[in-house]
Amino acid sequence: MAAIAHAFRTGGPNRDLVLSYAEDVKLLRSPRRTPWRWVFLVASAALFWLLPTYFVGDPGLRVLAMCGIFAIGAIGLNLLTGFTGQVSLGHAFFVGAGAYTAAYFGGQRGWSMPAYLLLAALIGFVVGGVVGPFALRLRGNYLVIVTLGLVFLGQHLWSNWDSVTGGGTGISLGAAPMSIGPLDFKEGIELGGEAYTFEQSFFWLVWGLVALGALLAKNLVRSRPGRAMQAIRDRDLSAEVIGVSLARYKVGAFAWSSAYAAVAGALYGLLQQYVSPVEFGLFLSITYLAMIIIGGLGTIFGSVLGALFVWGGRSMIEQNSGQAIFDPLITTGSGEPGIFTIGEFNAVLYGLAIVLFLLFEPRGLAAFWFRVKSWFLTWPFSY
Amino acid sequence: MLAAITGDDLLQTGFSGVALGCKYALIALGFSIIFKATGVINFAQGAFVLIGAYFTYHFTQTWSLNFYLSIVLAMAAGALVGIVIEALVLRRLVNEAPVTVIMVTIGILFVLDNVVTAIWGPDNRNLGDPWGVDTRELLGVTLADRDMWTIAFTGLVLVAFYFFFRYSTLGLAMRAAAVDPEAAMAQGIPARRVYRVSWAIAGMVAALAGTTLAAGSGQLSPATGALALVAFPAMILGGLDSPLGAVVGGIIIGLVQQYTALLAPEYFDWVGESFERVSPYLVMIVILLIRPFGLYGTREVRRV
Repeated sequence: MAAIAHAFRTGGPNRDLVLSYAEDVKLLRSPRRTPWRWVFLVASAALFWLLPTYFVGDPGLRVLAMCGIFAIGAIGLNLLTGFTGQVSLGHAFFVGAGAYTAAYFGGQRGWSMPAYLLLAALIGFVVGGVVGPFALRLRGNYLVIVTLGLVFLGQHLWSNWDSVTGGGTGISLGAAPMSIGPLDFKEGIELGGEAYTFEQSFFWLVWGLVALGALLAKNLVRSRPGRAMQAIRDRDLSAEVIGVSLARYKVGAFAWSSAYAAVAGALYGLLQQYVSPVEFGLFLSITYLAMIIIGGLGTIFGSVLGALFVWGGRSMIEQNSGQAIFDPLITTGSGEPGIFTIGEFNAVLYGLAIVLFLLFEPRGLAAFWFRVKSWFLTWPFSY
Repeated sequence: MLAAITGDDLLQTGFSGVALGCKYALIALGFSIIFKATGVINFAQGAFVLIGAYFTYHFTQTWSLNFYLSIVLAMAAGALVGIVIEALVLRRLVNEAPVTVIMVTIGILFVLDNVVTAIWGPDNRNLGDPWGVDTRELLGVTLADRDMWTIAFTGLVLVAFYFFFRYSTLGLAMRAAAVDPEAAMAQGIPARRVYRVSWAIAGMVAALAGTTLAAGSGQLSPATGALALVAFPAMILGGLDSPLGAVVGGIIIGLVQQYTALLAPEYFDWVGESFERVSPYLVMIVILLIRPFGLYGTREVRRV
């Protein structure tokens, strides 16, 4: 409505009319043109500050930090699967690579946090770049199964490379330094004379990195590489014919995706303080896939939404499993009523959520938002 | 110091490798029949295998039926599960992108696996098969009864597949639908029935596979379904759309696994403990790089 009023008032073109390519790919336009985006940004910034300080206690912040860690990995997987169309069950392998990088260089050799986080990203990038060429030779279903094999090979490596990974029992990250300059996240940072807990500090660290990662990914997908990746997703043969280098962008997508995964793995290790091979199994890969499907394939925003929904929902069920409404479904111990254990119940929910979303809302949670947005944008001609 | 590995050891391992391979082959046959008819990689096949094994268990142990009758009943029940899944879910996903279908079957796998655990519990159980741990000697090789039955079952299924696809009308319809679904439909071939039948057959074969996997003492547990993941290399190795490839791939993987289990600790122990768990995937990756569509798979023709 505002748009129409504007057009009547000025007689010029509608303010939503895009006149150039540069304008089309712009990240942010003036608040007058995209008010909701600005509201969203300001609200996020406010939540970023207010959630840890006023609203959520330390246990809740741990859950939210874990959501953020998953969000980083999910953004990576979405670059690969949602934007480039390469389905990978191997994400857990790259997450593991990052976690063990942090454990070895941070926990064992005492590198500083920026150093081992960067190294984790670099190792993820390189390992992804090594795996990437498989995607040139193999397509579709065959690629899926090869990446499935990658998870098992990875778990074998983590279980047997004792000197670095601590073998099957795992390795502690307790000794890993966690400070950037004067800010020590492990002891809790001090800002303006105020001391904060580990959970508060870590929440800021993780969600700061989520914002950074989302911005990087957004820049990637709105510029030339992103267009090339989406062309490959839609039909790789046609993309090749119009001059997109499959080798460059498929391998690049794998490399970037696993760099994200590795950073997520490193942060995961830091939050858990301990990593062992069983954690980086097929279940983790599928959790990541579930997140991007539920959140929305091919949207950065959806990856974050999916991570919040899946991990947040899971934690919520875990905390409330003793409540009366879950009694017929979840058993909290032997002799307690209920059909499923908590782990089984969560797995069944994952399964159902994946199936139902793919059947009824294949574009995921992000689609709800798009629908609301377009309803308001096209008002009063919404249909 | 190397412990001597005798020729008998090699022969023995060869036999157990073939037997193990036949179990994988039975699982892989279920995959390949669905893939051939519908183009779907069914990750839930592992759950079908698990359900089939528990059906056999339920019929023999809880209902005290004859074991072989139980197998037949379990196969019928497995077919029913396949039909229901197809009708409820997969029917809505015809012509969807592979990632969608794969993820849906993974979702089904999660649901079914955990429902099975919720119904029958997480403990190891005896399937109640008459073969147990009986063995017999032949040429200095110890042959387990259940292994010989497995090999026989696999041969039987393969022969049945051959005759079904070669001589029955439905089999012919399925082959036509696999080659070109649209042309087949134009000829009046009911695509829906073809899909339904292929899921039913997959469920049947899975029940048989599950029974052979769980035979022996205390071998039946919810983890049995995870073995189906090793059938992926087998299926990929043979080529996704070839039943013969599934059997050849299965046997190759079975042999590779048993021989790595025998030889790795002696000759190349630097690869680490239980290397046999991952050697199938290595073999698969190497073969796929040389032949991207498996040993017997159809090369995909791509037109611009």
